[in-house]
Amino acid sequence: MVLLTVVAVLVVRSPGWDEVKQAFFARDQFEKSFPDILGAFWTNVKIFLIAEVFILVLALGIAVLRSLPGPVFFPLRALAVVYVDLFRGIPTILVIYILGFGVPALQLQGVPISPLFWGTVGLIVVYSAYVSEVYRAGIESVHPSQSAAARSLGLTHGQALRYVVVPQAVRRIIPPLLNDFIGLQKDTALVALLGVVEAFRQSQIEVAATFNYTPYLATALLFVLITIPMARFTDWLLARDKRRQLAGGVR
Amino acid sequence: MRTVLVGLALAAFALAVTATATGDPATPAAIPGCAKGSLNLLNDGKLTLGTDNPAFNPWFAGGSKDKDWELNDPSNGKGYEPAVAYEIAKRLGFTRAQVTWDAVPFLRSFAPGKKPFDWYMAQVSVAPARKKAVTFSASYYNVNQAVVGLKAAPISKVRSLAGLKRYKLGAQVGTTSYAYITKFIRPSQSPAVYDSNADAVAALKNKQIDGLVVDFPSTGYITAVQVPTSSVVGRLPQQGAQEVFGLVFQKGNSLANCVNKAIRALRSDGTLRRLDARWLGKTGAPILK
Repeated sequence: MVLLTVVAVLVVRSPGWDEVKQAFFARDQFEKSFPDILGAFWTNVKIFLIAEVFILVLALGIAVLRSLPGPVFFPLRALAVVYVDLFRGIPTILVIYILGFGVPALQLQGVPISPLFWGTVGLIVVYSAYVSEVYRAGIESVHPSQSAAARSLGLTHGQALRYVVVPQAVRRIIPPLLNDFIGLQKDTALVALLGVVEAFRQSQIEVAATFNYTPYLATALLFVLITIPMARFTDWLLARDKRRQLAGGVR
Repeated sequence: MRTVLVGLALAAFALAVTATATGDPATPAAIPGCAKGSLNLLNDGKLTLGTDNPAFNPWFAGGSKDKDWELNDPSNGKGYEPAVAYEIAKRLGFTRAQVTWDAVPFLRSFAPGKKPFDWYMAQVSVAPARKKAVTFSASYYNVNQAVVGLKAAPISKVRSLAGLKRYKLGAQVGTTSYAYITKFIRPSQSPAVYDSNADAVAALKNKQIDGLVVDFPSTGYITAVQVPTSSVVGRLPQQGAQEVFGLVFQKGNSLANCVNKAIRALRSDGTLRRLDARWLGKTGAPILK
């Protein structure tokens, strides 16, 4: 608290403060730009919601492939490893650039050229790699005795995953999953590279038109505002889960 | 005493003569009140100028031997903007060697705080709202916007401003080209906005947009070099006040006053017109009504 006050006083009394205040905290600019940015923000929300569904499914698929046992499945395991290494390694911004400008340049019949489409695909491809590792961590954290017990009851490997391992794994990985989804929510701004006008690009437009940075603040605020309910929702999910697990048991 | 004074005066005169002689022989008379030593500069005795990298034709030209400058090296003095910059520098009493150029991205040019240049020159349009953040010089170029489309696409047949409404248009972020689309064309599809003109050009090539709106002089390079299958659909009529390019200065920098005097002199003696004809000289595309 003391530290915060000291920092605040230092900032406010710095020689450039008046200029910074005018450039970043101009009330009239905020009010003028906010409606447009809010409108553009729906594009971010849309990209996020669509991408999230695909990521959850695709990432689980990759994690399951990676956990397949036996030498028969080596090619599939290898494929999953290569996928994760590749797309976790390339900066998201490059994946979006390459897909968004590269694929349409091929001029293939029937292949979409929409920047919104390819931007979203780019995010799905990259975040699936991240999230599949989170899933894998969850799957591997379930004690091997669980899956051994399931197999001894006559469940196949697939059934054991479906009914025993994955449900337990998912519960444990909710916080890191949320981490990735907040990351995804913020990275939706990268789709702007391809020409899509979303919240960040809209604020950039306003900033360049007026040489005033306040619209960036408005965008930052929107991103924070949408993140907080998600965090509280996760907290609630975890708390509910804990209550159920402990129901009637030792507290 | 008198002889000493005369001697001093003679010595001063001789110095002045040698000073002029070592400079450009055609150095015009200095601007009153703008002696080189009195100018408010970033580095004493030197002009430090900023522009975007890559510096695109036809505003910059002549190529680059320096690996730091991607497309054109401004210090070769070729292209409209460096040519104008060196003319201004000459009027203020600077030699070619006393002018240096640094690469500064457009979005950095108006960031708050001390600017890393004396002036910034990269086709920046003067706008009232922008004047709150920086000081602009007088106009060194009056500009029109234009639309570029692929020759084979339907947009190439458009002959009116209203005819553009149904096409997907694109522009670079922060440009008046974008403002023109949203304010005066008002297309039915929301326009695409790119980080750079290069990205916008790629989108045009990929048919992700039908038409690219840029300032008219830039269309020459796009249609000739970047996308040879494209052509200028037409120039866009001026709406409201004439759009002008100005040099960007630190807000309140007194250097702007002296530069303005130099620009006015360049305009009245026909230098700007001559440089325009030499580097941008391009007419002919129809104006869309």
